[in-house]
Amino acid sequence: MIRALLVIAAFLGLWELYCVLSGVDQLVLPSPVDVGESLWRDRSLLWSALLTTAGELILGLALALAVATAAAVAIHLSRTLRQSLYPLLVATQTVPIPVIASLLVVWLGYDLAPKVVIVALVAFFPVVVGILDGLAGVDPELDLVTRSFGAGRLRSFRLVEAPAALPGALTGMRIAVVISVIGAVFAEQAGGDSGLGFVIQQALPQLLTARAYAAVVVLSALALAAFLLLTITQKRLMPWSRLGESQR
Amino acid sequence: MSDSIAVELTEVSFSRPQRGQNADKGRLQVLEGIDLQVATGETVAIVGPNGCGKSTLLELACGLIEPDVGTVHSEPIALMPQRGLLMPWASALDNAALGLRAEGASKSDARDTAREWFARLGLEGFESVRPNELSGGMRQRVALARTLMADRPVIALDEPFAALDALSRIEARNWLLDALPEAGRTVLLVTHDVEEAAILADRILVLSKRPASVIAEIAPASAAPRDRTSDEVLGSREQILAFLGVEG
Repeated sequence: MIRALLVIAAFLGLWELYCVLSGVDQLVLPSPVDVGESLWRDRSLLWSALLTTAGELILGLALALAVATAAAVAIHLSRTLRQSLYPLLVATQTVPIPVIASLLVVWLGYDLAPKVVIVALVAFFPVVVGILDGLAGVDPELDLVTRSFGAGRLRSFRLVEAPAALPGALTGMRIAVVISVIGAVFAEQAGGDSGLGFVIQQALPQLLTARAYAAVVVLSALALAAFLLLTITQKRLMPWSRLGESQR
Repeated sequence: MSDSIAVELTEVSFSRPQRGQNADKGRLQVLEGIDLQVATGETVAIVGPNGCGKSTLLELACGLIEPDVGTVHSEPIALMPQRGLLMPWASALDNAALGLRAEGASKSDARDTAREWFARLGLEGFESVRPNELSGGMRQRVALARTLMADRPVIALDEPFAALDALSRIEARNWLLDALPEAGRTVLLVTHDVEEAAILADRILVLSKRPASVIAEIAPASAAPRDRTSDEVLGSREQILAFLGVEG
C-alpha cells in the first residue's frame, strides 16, 4: 500500500514538474495542483455526478452478473448451447461501445436504461469467462466421487461445481468493474444530463480542462474502490481461493 | 448375481482412445477378460504395475464407465480417488457430509450424521477446519470418512495412502483398520503397496501389465488385519512381488 502511494506521489510530482518547467498552458494540460483545486471547487457537482455513475455501475454489474451466470450455467451444462452461444458471447466484445451506446440511447431513451445496458454489455464478458473457468476447473475426479455417491448431474452441479465457480465469478467481476466505468462514460456521453462522463463532455468545450481531469480522477477512484471492495470480499468470503497467494 | 456377491465383473474388457488420436483409431486396450467376484463383507485388494488399469477397474465397478465387452453387476459403491480430493471451500465436516448430500439428505441432517461419524472415527475437533489447514494424513482420513459415511454397501479405495509419507501412511492405515469394522462394508482396495494389501485384504488379485488381466489370486489363511511382521504377511508380499516380477 505504501509502495503504491509512493508511486502515485512520484507520478504526480513528475507531472507537476513537467507543467512548471515546460510552461504548458493549463487549458491543454492542467497541473495536479490545478486538478486538486478543481476537485475541491467542483466537489458538489462531482459528488452528484459520482452518485449517478456509481448507480449505473451497480445496476449494470448486477445485470451483467445475472445474465452471465445464466449464460455460463447453460453453456456449462449443454454442449449444444456451448457451441451455439459461445460465438455470440465473443461477438458481444467486438461491438464498438461508442457506436452501440449511441444506438442504444436512440432505442432506449435518455434515462438510466441505456447506461445500465451498456455497462452490463462491457462487464458481461469477463464475468461469464470467469464463471466458466471456475466451473471447468473442478477436478474431474471430484465429479466422479460425487457421481459414485449417487448424485445426478444437477445435484452434482449444485454441490460441487457451483461453489467452485464463485472465485472465478468474483475475479471476473473485479476485471469487469474496472473496464465497465469506460462503458458508463460512453453511455453518459451518448445521451444524458448527469454522471461523470457527462461532466467531462461538458467541461471540455467550456475549456474547463482541470474539471475534466478532476472527473477522470473521481472516475478512477470509483473503479479502484469497487475493485478493492471486491478483492476484500473475495479474500474474506473465499479464503480458499488463490487470490491471496497470487498477490503476495 | 447372488445375494452374497456384492461386486461381479465377468469377462470384462475395456479400451480407451489414445491421447491425441481419433476416437475410432488407435484405441488403447486397458483391461482384458477380467473376472472378479467380491463377496459381501469381503476386503479384496487389487495390485499391479503402475498404469496397468487398476483405477479403471474401479471406475468400471462403480458404473462410472461402461466396458467394451463383458458385464458388471454391483451393489452401489462409494469411490475414494487417489488424491482424496476434498472441496477446498468446505469445512472437514461438510466435506465428509458430501456423500449424504449427494444422496439427497438435507444439509442439517447430513451434518448431524457427519458429527456422529466424526465422534466414532476419532475426528472430533476438526469439524470446522478447512482442507488447506489439515495435514495430508488428516485430509485422507476426512476423505475416507466421507466414503464410509455415504450410505453405500461397497467402498472402493483407490490407493488411499499413496500420497502420504511413510509415517503418515502407517498412521492412516491403522486408522482405517479401526474404521473398517465400524463401517461394516465390502471393500475394493487398489494399491501399489504390496504390504498394505497383505495386511488389509481377505483376498489379493494381482494384475498383469497392460492390457491387464488377473494373473494370480492370493488368499491368506488368517483373517485380516494381520501383523505386518508376521510370516504370512511377509510370505504374501514375496508371492505378490514374484508374480509382478519384482525382487523383494
